[in-house]
Amino acid sequence: MRFRDPQIEMAHGAGGKASRRLVEGLFAPLLFESSRAPLGDAAHVRISGSCVAITTDSFVVKPLKFPGGSIGELAVNGTMNDLAVSGAKGLAMVVTFVLEEGLPTSVLEDEVRAMAAALHRAGVTMVGGDTKVVERGKADGMYITTTGIGHLMPQVTIDTRSVRPGDRILLSGPIGDHGITILLARGELDLTADLSSDTRCVLPLIETTVEEAGPGIRWMRDPTRGGVATSLNELARDCGLGIVLSEEEIPVRDEVRGACELLGLDPLHIANEGQFLAVVAPEYADAALNALHQAEGGENAFIIGEVRAEPACAVLVTTRYGGSRIVDMLVGDPLPRIC
Amino acid sequence: MRYVDEFRDPDLITKASEEIYRLADPERHYRIMEVCGGHTHAIYRFGLKDILPSNIELIHGPGCPVCVLPMGRIDDGLAVASNSDVIFAAFGDMMRVPGTHGSPFEHKARGTDVRIVYSPADALQLARKNPDKHVMFFAIGFETTAPSTALTLIRAKAEDLKNFSVFCNHVTIIPAIRAILDSPDMRLDGFIGPGHVSTVIGCRPYEWIARSERKPVVTSGFEPLDLLQSIVMLLRQLQAGEARVENQYKRVVPWEGNRAALKVMAEVFQLRPYFEWRGLGFISQSALKIRDEYAEWDAEQRFPIPGTRVTDPKAAQCGEVLKGVLKPAQCKLFGKECTPERPIGALMVSSEGSCAAYYNYEHRKAAAALVTSISSVA
Repeated sequence: MRFRDPQIEMAHGAGGKASRRLVEGLFAPLLFESSRAPLGDAAHVRISGSCVAITTDSFVVKPLKFPGGSIGELAVNGTMNDLAVSGAKGLAMVVTFVLEEGLPTSVLEDEVRAMAAALHRAGVTMVGGDTKVVERGKADGMYITTTGIGHLMPQVTIDTRSVRPGDRILLSGPIGDHGITILLARGELDLTADLSSDTRCVLPLIETTVEEAGPGIRWMRDPTRGGVATSLNELARDCGLGIVLSEEEIPVRDEVRGACELLGLDPLHIANEGQFLAVVAPEYADAALNALHQAEGGENAFIIGEVRAEPACAVLVTTRYGGSRIVDMLVGDPLPRIC
Repeated sequence: MRYVDEFRDPDLITKASEEIYRLADPERHYRIMEVCGGHTHAIYRFGLKDILPSNIELIHGPGCPVCVLPMGRIDDGLAVASNSDVIFAAFGDMMRVPGTHGSPFEHKARGTDVRIVYSPADALQLARKNPDKHVMFFAIGFETTAPSTALTLIRAKAEDLKNFSVFCNHVTIIPAIRAILDSPDMRLDGFIGPGHVSTVIGCRPYEWIARSERKPVVTSGFEPLDLLQSIVMLLRQLQAGEARVENQYKRVVPWEGNRAALKVMAEVFQLRPYFEWRGLGFISQSALKIRDEYAEWDAEQRFPIPGTRVTDPKAAQCGEVLKGVLKPAQCKLFGKECTPERPIGALMVSSEGSCAAYYNYEHRKAAAALVTSISSVA
């Protein structure tokens, strides 16, 4: 697959099909050619006999502050979560700031304090960073990038090749909170709701799951931009199997459902910042779910579906009354309908 | 009442499906057209075909106002927008529709000021906030959205706002239905009538279909139970040899329509003598034009419009799919040259387009046919 688009568009950053085309068609062949593994949330690198996990993420959210969090918090939690779902415990981070000329210092300080608090909660240390300033109008306030390293949890091995028909799909909690909160916080829509971003470090919940079901965990992911649909479609494609979800088992808050209905969006495509998906062998699935239910923040975890041989490389959602539909990755950002 | 949950109750849906199986005559093949693109999407999204008997064929109608717009009109709108002082404002649904030189989003990436708005009032607000720019609202939709465009023009005139105009592509539903019935390729038994257009025009405009064409029409809501109930109502009429207009969507559609909405439409718009529809050709008295009293806010009067006529690529069968003659998967380009990422026609990207509905929800289900008979997974 070669990347043939003549220019970059917003869709290429939305986490859906266009993003995948860019990564697989331009970046991977030129930058990652020596890597044979499927692209995951974090890379595992051998350094003098030990295996270290490393990942990086940039944050360009607008507005900078929103109910439930802010860009600084996302920057810490997002990178910690990418490490955690790759089976690694984050140890240290570095950060880069690209700041817009004219950004009030109070705004910057708020974000730095938010990052400090998030680092403390996550039990990870910031060990370095870099700052650049660009002219007014060139950075939308601030852009933050964080890079994290960690060591692998020995009890779990993430490998899409180990996924089998019959494996269960576990989801840690309700979906769509973050994306809808951001959409409403932009103030472009005449809608309000009692919603806040679900941003949090999911490492403690993942550690709980690993402790209970480590040998049975095949794959994990944090469904950020592009939502659960994108993550599961990537899994289906990478392992060549099908995923069948049961619509009634997927936890969605009423406010998120309502906003999605009004705007013609599917909660499965909406970004989350505090959830994870896990594919777990059937003999471990119930124990993993119970452990999550006992843990703080895991009360709304559900088994939402399972892996099947068919429909290969696709995700199917079924309803209790017998209807079903395919759920695909989006091309770009979800668009509201006209009538 | 929560208005969504009750109409998605799995037990009631199962009961409605059983009633349809009971009513449908196994010796008969029913051809029912759902006119509205929103209904097409609902049918696929809720997997309703999985719970209907195979002798009920649902045929997708042309009720997608973006899909029926010829490419030349999009080119014309974008030609105005290529002027650096113009902001092109439109509903999100328009943004990936292909023009000859790219979609509005592609134009945006090349520097044209393109903005998504959620109502024409937002476009008016853009104009107020950007006095040194001209905001052109690219208006689309059937009678559903025309009243809000009309109200916006009334407001623009009242404020004497100089930097705002509307490029009007509103079309009317009845001529489209007439064109379908006049088409020799079409043999239909009945119609699932449009839901939201009917909130404006009411149910009376469909009476000629029942009277002259002897086909029942049931205006329907968009939830699974609405659609199933509408099919039950149609089957009952067909069994009894009747042909009437019935209103299933009573909670939203008034029989007489919305008088106030029709009044503002009449104040601002008049019918064009003819208008070109993708797939259906030129239809007389089928589209709205802004009256001379509002000429200052009519983009077609304010700006030189190229008036390009662009024929669809030869291999594309958008017209046949729009008329319901072909199913989306029967178009030669479906899923190959034409996908949501690389659309040839608007049907593949519009949220009302039948190709988009089929592609997004259905087309890989064939392999999963064995799955649909299996009940709850977890």
